[in-house]
Amino acid sequence: MGSGNRQPFDNPVIEWVDSRLPVFTLMNKEYGVFPTPKNFNYFWNFGAIAMVMLILMLVTGITLAMHYAAHTDVAFSSVERIMRDVNFGWLIRYMHMNGASFFFIAVYIHIFRGLYYGSYKQPRELLWMLGVLILLLMMATAFMGYVLPWGQMSFWGATVITNLFSALPVVGPGIVEWLWGGFAVDNPTLNRFFSLHYLLPFVIFAVVFLHVWALHVTGSNNPSGIEPNGPQDTIPFHPYYTMKDTAGLLLFLLIYCIFTFFMPNALGHPDNYIEANPLVTPAHIVPEWYFLPYYAILRAVTFDTNLFLLIGLVCAAYLVAVNLWFTKKPENCPVATTFKIPVLQDIPMKALEPLMAAGAVLFLGIGGMIAFMPDMGMAKMMDAAAPVLVEAKLGGVLAMFGSIAMLFVLPFIDRHPYRSAVFRPWFKVAVLLLTIDFFVLTYVGGKPAEGLYVLVAQAATAYYFAFFLVIIPFLNKFEPRVPLPPSIHQYVLDKKAKKKQKSDDYMNALKPEAAE
Amino acid sequence: MSMDEDTKDGGSRRDFLYLTAAAFGAVGTGSVAWPFIHQMNPAADTKALSTIEVDLAPIEQGQAITVMWQGKPVFIRHRTAKEIEEARTVDVSSLRDSQTDEERVEKPEWLIMVGVCTHLGCIPLGQKTGDVKGDYDGWFCPCHGSHYDSSGRIRKGPAPKNLPVPPYAFVSDTKIKIG
Amino acid sequence: MKLFSAFCLGLALMVPVSAMAAGDAETPPKQQWHFSGPLGTYDRAALQRGFQVYRQVCSACHSMKLLSYRNLEDLGYSEAQVKAIAGEYTVTDGPNDEGEMFDRPALPSDRFVSPYPNDAAAKYANNGALPPDMSLLAKARKNGPDYIYAVLTGYEEPHGDTHLLPGQHYNKYMAGHVIAMAPPLSDGLVAYEDGSSTTVDQYSRDVSEFLMWAAEPKMEARKQTGVKAILFLLAFFGIMYAVKKKLWAGLH
Repeated sequence: MGSGNRQPFDNPVIEWVDSRLPVFTLMNKEYGVFPTPKNFNYFWNFGAIAMVMLILMLVTGITLAMHYAAHTDVAFSSVERIMRDVNFGWLIRYMHMNGASFFFIAVYIHIFRGLYYGSYKQPRELLWMLGVLILLLMMATAFMGYVLPWGQMSFWGATVITNLFSALPVVGPGIVEWLWGGFAVDNPTLNRFFSLHYLLPFVIFAVVFLHVWALHVTGSNNPSGIEPNGPQDTIPFHPYYTMKDTAGLLLFLLIYCIFTFFMPNALGHPDNYIEANPLVTPAHIVPEWYFLPYYAILRAVTFDTNLFLLIGLVCAAYLVAVNLWFTKKPENCPVATTFKIPVLQDIPMKALEPLMAAGAVLFLGIGGMIAFMPDMGMAKMMDAAAPVLVEAKLGGVLAMFGSIAMLFVLPFIDRHPYRSAVFRPWFKVAVLLLTIDFFVLTYVGGKPAEGLYVLVAQAATAYYFAFFLVIIPFLNKFEPRVPLPPSIHQYVLDKKAKKKQKSDDYMNALKPEAAE
Repeated sequence: MSMDEDTKDGGSRRDFLYLTAAAFGAVGTGSVAWPFIHQMNPAADTKALSTIEVDLAPIEQGQAITVMWQGKPVFIRHRTAKEIEEARTVDVSSLRDSQTDEERVEKPEWLIMVGVCTHLGCIPLGQKTGDVKGDYDGWFCPCHGSHYDSSGRIRKGPAPKNLPVPPYAFVSDTKIKIG
Repeated sequence: MKLFSAFCLGLALMVPVSAMAAGDAETPPKQQWHFSGPLGTYDRAALQRGFQVYRQVCSACHSMKLLSYRNLEDLGYSEAQVKAIAGEYTVTDGPNDEGEMFDRPALPSDRFVSPYPNDAAAKYANNGALPPDMSLLAKARKNGPDYIYAVLTGYEEPHGDTHLLPGQHYNKYMAGHVIAMAPPLSDGLVAYEDGSSTTVDQYSRDVSEFLMWAAEPKMEARKQTGVKAILFLLAFFGIMYAVKKKLWAGLH
């Protein structure tokens, strides 16, 4: 941020400030003349929209905190006082409530954009990882915020989610008591959640700053996934994208306002209008809709992972690793070679594969039978031989955190040289399926965990992980490489020509009919 | 900041569009700001407590009580004939904040005022029988030595104004409504 | 653009579906309310009648702790009327100068007086079932006012194999069809002054509307502000879209 080659400003006041602290030069460099690919579509609005939602959440949150009282005796009625007595309190609270949902909507679309157009790839890995960190922080903040009104869902949501940590072996129960500051979710819990709910948004803000900084180092990706390589590919950020972002933002706010003003409780749960009661659990505990996919993954693990199942999984992982993860198939076992295990070092990979395949089928079969159909005679017999290694509860927690971890490591899994799904026909299908998968998980996450819903959740969870661990490595190796256009400029021209061709064809097809 | 694509009348139409957009932006920001400012004003439940009724019947002549109104102490004094006399014989033009005693009371025997020193907000002494009443048989502020007379007017010391009289009305002979 | 619209459509479809996740009892039929729709307002006469039903019937067991008598001015009562209504109730205040608690008539700034001193007393008096506080009832149940109306009019003779214990009643719209509250309303129970029909159906409609107001007293201001906000944003969006088009038209 040096001021080496500063251009003087005409306005003397701005010039006076800028020559001492070049904030105006900085703003102009980063948001004024900043060269930006000229072919963004409306998906590229959602970064700016998310930023506005963050600010909106900060402003409404700070004002709500002026009236809210974080004590179990009065928290619920203090929120109702905001709704009834504080000037415009109802408006600010409904803005905050629905703002959380719309912040998540904006961020989810933003993430989808990054996935579809390969924005996570080299050199934007860190930019992407900072983004995933923001998502994690948002989840923590939203979770604690939902506890504050101290309704039934607040209380039981907090109880269920904090209890997840009790799944950790040995330290689990200690961690849970530490989180609670007691032996159940109670006043100390509410107090610390309020404190952290106020703190974390500022941490988010700081990480967003880093996220934007990283963005301005590499520059933006674009729908073609091709790096701009000259002034014909870019336009200045202002006024082109400032105006486009504002237009998109207003449309987004319009939908947000429809919810805030005309159906403010549609995204919430009625039970949260009942004050928390530690003696009565609501019939269905459902988290806020934006947590439902992870909740579905958590609940999809209904089975204990036993020794056989784990051995089977390791065998299967071996096959996937050797055939897909390594771009060049190693001659000998990579583990044995790395650790210099003399006997195994000489065993060629090829020879092991049939063995591993047989192991995978056998152990997954038996292990699966014990895990999924414990009542069958055979399973009962084998049960004793296969101790449970990971209980269902811990398995679910691992799967849930694993689903976020997948996003973290994605830039290092996907090694295909092309970014955008536009030029990756196979990846396009896979990533759109992942999007549908995400919707399916959201849907089943809101349904009771029984019958068909469990099976659907398990299938959807399997696809989610397979996308990252199997499909992407497979595409790295086998997806065909169609020729890329030489530049963004050419890409835009091609697209225009194609569009024109299409409409001409359409007009031509119409013509004879019109003549009749 | 550079827009070089310009046509003859396209330019003025574009300027008009930009101006309208800027105006909408300003109006929008302004109307969003108002709720966030107004939320800090007293809320409906706070305002509902902004009037109180006080029964004067139990207060003997020469006695005073203090009641809370809008978070501030209100002094209610049942004045003696001597106190009324003292308050009414003062040369009003000699006072720092000239006000007649008649302007400050509804009924001469009942003096009702906000007991917050007009200097820096302390509570003057003089309500209880044993209190220092200052040089003018009224109230004395211990913080910086302001003396108020038996009508609550500033007579000596740094305070600039008389003790303020809150809006009140007699709803019956022995009952008042403050606020 | 096609991708974008498909994505948004998917999201739009998913959100309400996932939000309506829970619930199992018979869905209450949808009613047409005066406050329904984006421009709906409360019917003041119905609110006053509903309040009358609450006061004469429901308030024997159900508290409304979040409301104050002053809120009744929203129903169209004058300040003096509200004062008179409040004055009919007694609240315990204090301590006074002698350190004693004392009773006094309620003021408009007081909260609604509860029928029982605490939840334990309320449970004890009602065979162990706690009559829920009604301040937020219309928001604390799925399909709030429709549900309240349905339950009040949904008492029937026990069907099929529903086994009722003493003190339990059959109701179509309760989860498990069992409700501890005896049918609270009967035709002619409350005498209306405005000539409205004095039937269970009318009482139920009025009290449901009243409870909706109690749960969401700022609904009218909310909708009116909403209409202005939406119109403003539509116009602003139109202008910004034109600005964007105009600006980008110069690009090649």
